[in-house]
Amino acid sequence: MKLNSPLQAYKYLPGDNCGKCGVPTCMAFASHLIERSLKLTDCTPILEDKHKAKFIELEELLAPEIHEVEIGVGERVVKIGGDDVLYRHKLTFFNQTALAYDVWDTMDEENLVDRVNRIKDFSKFYVGEFLKLDMITVRSVSDEPDKFADTVKKVLEASDLPLVLCSFNPKVLKAGLEVAMDRNPLIYAATRGNWQEVAKLAIEYDVPVTLFAPDDLDLLKSLTKTFTEMGIEKLVLDPGTFPSGKQLKTTFENFLKIRRAGIEGDRDIAFPLMAVPLTAWMMHDDPLSASYWETVLASLFTVRYGDIMLLHSIEPHSLLSELHIRDTIYTDPRKPVTVKPDVYEVGSPTADSPFFVTTNFALTYYTVESDLSSNGIDCYLMAVDTEGIGVEAAVAGGQLTAAKIKKGLEDADFVLKEDTSHNIIILPGLAARLQGDVEDETAAKVMIGPPDSGRIPGWMDEKWPLIK
Amino acid sequence: MTKKIKLSNLTDMFKGMDVEALEGVTIEGDIELDLSGGGVFDSTLAYSLGHEAAQIAVHLVNISRLLGYPVEQIFAGSMGTESAVQDVSAPTLLNDLLFSKFEVSNAEEWKHTIQEVTLGATSADGGTRKNTITIGGENALPYYFDSPMPHRNYVTMDVFDMPISMAKAVRTHYEDVMNDPAEWAKKNVREFDADMVTIHLISTDPLINDTPPKEAAKVVEDVLQAVDVPIVIGGSGNPEKDPEVLEKAAEVAEGERVLLASASLNLDYARIAEAANTYGHAVLSWTQLEINAQKELNRKLMKQCNVPRENIVMDPTTAALGYGLDYAYTNMERIRLAGLMGDEELSFPMSSGTTNAWGAREAWMTSSPLKQDSDWGPREYRGPIWEIVTGLSLSLAGNDLFMMMHPGSVQVLKEITQTLFGSIENKSIDINNWIGEI
Repeated sequence: MKLNSPLQAYKYLPGDNCGKCGVPTCMAFASHLIERSLKLTDCTPILEDKHKAKFIELEELLAPEIHEVEIGVGERVVKIGGDDVLYRHKLTFFNQTALAYDVWDTMDEENLVDRVNRIKDFSKFYVGEFLKLDMITVRSVSDEPDKFADTVKKVLEASDLPLVLCSFNPKVLKAGLEVAMDRNPLIYAATRGNWQEVAKLAIEYDVPVTLFAPDDLDLLKSLTKTFTEMGIEKLVLDPGTFPSGKQLKTTFENFLKIRRAGIEGDRDIAFPLMAVPLTAWMMHDDPLSASYWETVLASLFTVRYGDIMLLHSIEPHSLLSELHIRDTIYTDPRKPVTVKPDVYEVGSPTADSPFFVTTNFALTYYTVESDLSSNGIDCYLMAVDTEGIGVEAAVAGGQLTAAKIKKGLEDADFVLKEDTSHNIIILPGLAARLQGDVEDETAAKVMIGPPDSGRIPGWMDEKWPLIK
Repeated sequence: MTKKIKLSNLTDMFKGMDVEALEGVTIEGDIELDLSGGGVFDSTLAYSLGHEAAQIAVHLVNISRLLGYPVEQIFAGSMGTESAVQDVSAPTLLNDLLFSKFEVSNAEEWKHTIQEVTLGATSADGGTRKNTITIGGENALPYYFDSPMPHRNYVTMDVFDMPISMAKAVRTHYEDVMNDPAEWAKKNVREFDADMVTIHLISTDPLINDTPPKEAAKVVEDVLQAVDVPIVIGGSGNPEKDPEVLEKAAEVAEGERVLLASASLNLDYARIAEAANTYGHAVLSWTQLEINAQKELNRKLMKQCNVPRENIVMDPTTAALGYGLDYAYTNMERIRLAGLMGDEELSFPMSSGTTNAWGAREAWMTSSPLKQDSDWGPREYRGPIWEIVTGLSLSLAGNDLFMMMHPGSVQVLKEITQTLFGSIENKSIDINNWIGEI
């Protein structure tokens, strides 16, 4: 965006502090606009005719540096691009990297449907949410329009995930679009050789289109300029992902260069970037090595500016690490690191229920909490104020101590002797060394839980005396 | 209102028209060609309609040319398609690429150089190492085009002074050497291509074996004998015991320029710094995911303890993928950017305890403890990639030295970091037609 301070945005707002946007003053609303935590359309008065000129002007100034592109329709729509910064701590990154896994038109129907289902259904629970895969890539290997259309049709029947249609042959792309046009797929790709025909498809079907110019930034920018000149603005740029050696080093530099130029204001190149870690399969024959290298490339381009990614391996070791590194980079760094120190109830605890201790580091707390609740364990869970540090590090660094636990009990008004029948504190296995100190400080009995809260269910069966 | 006219009327209208005759002619309103009426065309009629339409097109083109419109571009662009009538408001297809040169500037704000630190000493410098390792010296973020990295990343592999519990995928590689730190160190260098080894004196913890410092120092001597690469010496993490243990270890390693791990704010860092200064070693300045604490400790090491700048390496803490890596990553990136922009309290090379990745349950657990999860697959594939992805992301944030465990992870991390560094040649791969070639 072109504005740096709330004051600059404030000048365009009605200024009557009506509060309709949900915050009390126009100045506060202006700060939310700069932080991109509220949208300009949340201010309903500015949408009125008398403010129209200012609205249009401000909207332009607030537009993100990198264009935003939508793929798919309805609830399944995937947005990519839309970033304003080069480093996540400067604000946050928006629209997490879309992960698109491939099927191809030479697969038999049974394998095709099975693969689509595995992509569609993969799910990993994490801090209160499910991490999931976003899209399906359909690759034309046969180069036959009918075969491609047939495959696209089967994929559409099996899943409502947004699609990337992949072929360098415009006839094949057209056949796919005929089947999938209602779903706003991304087409891949316009090249030096076919760009006119692909441009025509992008216009005719009004779909987003990828421009592919392997290691040729002048060509990539020329294609971009040519397409925007023709009125085609839903663009994704693929500067080529070379999988190894000096070529990979150059690929990495190309991503850095394009994004830096875009953020610094070169509108001609400020579009979402596509990485294709799938090319790892061109250098490795052995599937395990290929899947590892593909995940390495995926991680690399998740950290540095890939907005959408085409991938092949759907083995869990690939998917889990790709989902987690994406979450790592796109988690909003402004969100709190900690939960409020307190004694929380999980399920419906009674006086016989166990009393667990963990830290107030949000990640630790939610992990333990979900391990307990998903296994139906009714209990008390105490978040000790460790200044947002996890168990092991807090024990080493002195943020998790017997005194802190005692203080936490007092602050929460929780009296073990009265509120439980057992007067037992269960410490995390990684805090075992605090056992004696905690017994001395709190006059409670102390048991040592497992080192990982995922093992609490088994531990309960074996160790917890007041069972069931 | 749209005026409807028949094709033949149009033909008549334009028949015999030449350019001169159009002087002063204006075309008002939309012209709509209604071809849908009357059901299915018969082929003769379709042909004659097509013929008439083409005739009209020729005339319309002439009019467009007359009006100065670049009509050829439309024709070149739309030849060979089935699209029948060009909507007047539709985007114009271009015939030729509009050439545009890509340009980008270097990052102006990176004006400062990260401190270089050399670990290990050869006989020329009073040590017995076969080689030394230098980290730091960057003028840009890692692998950026602004300025080449002067040194590649290095990996130091862990050795413990007693058998410890570890993930099965890791343990299988060390079962034969777990009781012998010297053999363990040798295996790391000979078989697993470790650039350095780290000897962790964990048995010195009073809550473990309470091994006396003097005895622990003997293990350090054994390791120095067994391998000729530079080494890191780690304590047990017990803040009362570590200063004493590291002091003794520093003494027996005099002249070898080891890295003492670690000085931190919660122990007697001055004593560790003193040992490093006295016996000629470097110090690892360890803080917990807090950039201001890192500044404070570095400042104290420099100003209060007189540790020379070329003897300081930082460990701002590594959290595993999925377990706080977002904080660890951004903390390191902020530290490195601050250093490049001239913050002299943060412009030191960095080290990561990448081994921490093995604490993630995804790395070691047989299967997910949560019923809602999809199948996690075999853990022996999950563990190494967890360590690799954790390390790789930190290498991009500016980390120089990696403390690691799994030989497979070490190999892949070295391959990717050295590829980005620019020292790995591979045969070129043509990706122009990748879609159908996989």
